[in-house]
Amino acid sequence: MRTICFYFQVHQPYRLKPYRFFDIGDDHHYWDDFLNRSVMRKVAQKCYLPMNALLLEMINKYNGAFKVSFSMSGVFLDQLETYAPDVLESFQKLVATGHCELLNETYAHTLAALKSKDEFQSMVKKHQEKIKKLFNGYKPKVFRNTELIYSDQIGAMVAEMGFDAILTEGAKHVLGWKSPNYVYVNSIDPKLKVLLKNFQLSDDIAFRFGNKGWDDYPLTTDKFVKWINNVPQEEETINLFMDYETFGEHQWAETGIFEFMRALPDAVFSKTNFTFSTPSEVADKISPVGKIHVPIPISWADEERDLTAWLGNDLQDEAFDRLFEMEKLVKGIDDDDIQRDWAYLQTSDHFYYMCTKFFSDGDIHAYFSPYDSPYEAFINYMNVLSDFMIRVKEKLSEKEAKVSDV
Amino acid sequence: MKVLMFGWEFPPHISGGLGTACYGLVKGMAHHNQDIIFVVPKLWGDEEPLADFVNASDVTIDYREKRFKKFWKNLTYLEVSSFLVPYLGPDEFKKYTDYAIHDRTDVDESVFSNKFEFSGKYGKDLMMEVSRYALVAAHISKNKEHDIIHAHDWLSFPAGIAAKEISGKPMVAHVHATEFDRSGESVNQVVYDIERAGMEAADHVVAVSQLTKNIIIKKYGIPAEKVTVLHNAVLDASIIKSSYQKKVPEKIVTFLGRITFQKGPEYFVEAAKKVIERDPNVRFVMAGNGDLLNRMIDRVAELRMGTKFHFTGFLKGDDVDHMYAISDVYVMPSVSEPFGISPLEAVRHNTPVIISKQSGVAEVLNNAIKIDFWDIDSMADAIFALLHYDGISKMFKELGTEELKKLKWEHVAEKLITVYRKTLSKKS
Repeated sequence: MRTICFYFQVHQPYRLKPYRFFDIGDDHHYWDDFLNRSVMRKVAQKCYLPMNALLLEMINKYNGAFKVSFSMSGVFLDQLETYAPDVLESFQKLVATGHCELLNETYAHTLAALKSKDEFQSMVKKHQEKIKKLFNGYKPKVFRNTELIYSDQIGAMVAEMGFDAILTEGAKHVLGWKSPNYVYVNSIDPKLKVLLKNFQLSDDIAFRFGNKGWDDYPLTTDKFVKWINNVPQEEETINLFMDYETFGEHQWAETGIFEFMRALPDAVFSKTNFTFSTPSEVADKISPVGKIHVPIPISWADEERDLTAWLGNDLQDEAFDRLFEMEKLVKGIDDDDIQRDWAYLQTSDHFYYMCTKFFSDGDIHAYFSPYDSPYEAFINYMNVLSDFMIRVKEKLSEKEAKVSDV
Repeated sequence: MKVLMFGWEFPPHISGGLGTACYGLVKGMAHHNQDIIFVVPKLWGDEEPLADFVNASDVTIDYREKRFKKFWKNLTYLEVSSFLVPYLGPDEFKKYTDYAIHDRTDVDESVFSNKFEFSGKYGKDLMMEVSRYALVAAHISKNKEHDIIHAHDWLSFPAGIAAKEISGKPMVAHVHATEFDRSGESVNQVVYDIERAGMEAADHVVAVSQLTKNIIIKKYGIPAEKVTVLHNAVLDASIIKSSYQKKVPEKIVTFLGRITFQKGPEYFVEAAKKVIERDPNVRFVMAGNGDLLNRMIDRVAELRMGTKFHFTGFLKGDDVDHMYAISDVYVMPSVSEPFGISPLEAVRHNTPVIISKQSGVAEVLNNAIKIDFWDIDSMADAIFALLHYDGISKMFKELGTEELKKLKWEHVAEKLITVYRKTLSKKS
């Protein structure tokens, strides 16, 4: 069996509003409702609505021979409910076809896997519940961690939670001479299958598609089909993992990205021996070739495929450590607002905005950041975090006061 | 006595302490019914009518005056040989100089026939503005009657010199800050040369502190008897009762000023770390902007005190008052501060202050803790003491406000009039 596996990441963070020192202790609403709503509506018009419609049409046309998978962060789903119920409905329709798989991730699109097993697993469960509620009792079998961050340890934690498979980056420095086009297993717990992103072919679509300076521009389905036919026959799966916003947002409609997708299944069916599968089908049907060793965490970001987009500089480490110092305290507080803010503050994007790797990947970072500089991002986040800490302490002392009353 | 005064900025449109000091001085002089012609590069129209204001941007130069052309020749040298932007760091400076090198090739005679619209700011064309300002000064001094010329800081020294050369009246150079205060030992030679030329050409020099007088003697070679110290004062010594309430339970320690080498922000950050280690119930605030801001943010993150040390960016209007009002201690750790008016503002808000010994204000304010700017241990001790030992802070609050009442601009003006008289009598 030879197959193509599409997985699309769908995520929008809750961006913080400009939060000043003078607001600390006074203003407990941190989120830029206007900005978050506008971004959601804009991307809905350019990407989510037209692409969902296209995928639905394709799934129906090929009677399930064409299929895709999504991972939608909990913070994204929360925003859909608030700002874009029309988009939510279109996703629900896709899932109802039975040819659209949903993956489990963390609710908050958090980096908790790197810091706390407890928090990580609770964020995974919270996401599971959200999916179940919104998608008619759906229960995902495959896991994908925030930003495809993976290590042997993270894999073991995920296996413990009963997942069949996990997705990650086919990072060169991990694979060496090996190919990403096989199924591997976690090196600690071989029950867990590991699917690797073919970053060459994925990024041809996600990053290079509309780039007129690229040697292979324009990318046609003929060309793409030729490339996948060049993949050695014994290699069984081509995992095309990318942000869903590729369609219409990162690559504008004018680039022809929608037409490319519309034409792709015909080209694949008529000129290759490939089929389309979802991650759980790949994990089920293709036998693993061996263990993959990833002692140090990898991700799908930037040239380095490491964690430096989110953690590593002093700004990021300070913000991240201070946040997670709160974990134990927050656990003891039964308050919806505190729990919500605790989750939203974990979203990896906040740390991404503090990245100072300006010279190689800085342009990508700048594109996604609502701040003028990583320093501003840090100041704003720390002001918010300071207020959050005050609230947590207040809640705890209220609780103690109640206990002593009894 | 009619005074022809050259400044660079005047409230409400100011970017530094110079404008505030000029305002206080002019107000004090008005109290003594002195006639002042106050020239600034750009007037906005909403200045308080305390003097006969002249807007340099409105003056048309008489190009037939041959003596003007002589100035212009000397001044164009300045303009093309220096690209100076005083409040920028080296990186931004480079950006501007690159721009200026390609931009500034048009020194021609058109300046003589047109009015020149000054920005009155400290931008990339600063040198051009300084030299054109001098040309305008020459014109004004020819047409406006006056007995004495008074120029504030190097930006208007060339104007003072030009005016003196045309009218032959004596000149007083008022030094609010020197290049050594702004830049440490890496002085801009062109600025230094202008400062020195101004002080040498002047018949008398006024310094805002003994500290500044010492620099003038040591670094500029001006004889001590030619320099008089006139400390700055406060416009209003009344206590400001703010209704603005602090919203955090912790005590607040504040630094407020430009975040540049001169102001010593890094010593404040290091002292903060020492205090937080002993007492976690304190928040530190660094308010302001400047070329060292990002370096300070990095350091705060590195010291892992990001939730205890806050940055507000540049504050304006009410926010400045609010900041003073909620501060429990105000720190001015300046490396070199000719005077430094902000601690006095803090005192007005009943906030106890810590000031560096390297500041002019330390010469007039007794009820404050004075430390060496580099002595972060003493700074931390002082902050801790003011936060915890109510006795000292209470005493400072009471006595500090008494001291303020003695710092009146009328008194400064009175002394200035004496300086004028002596200068005029020497001259005649």
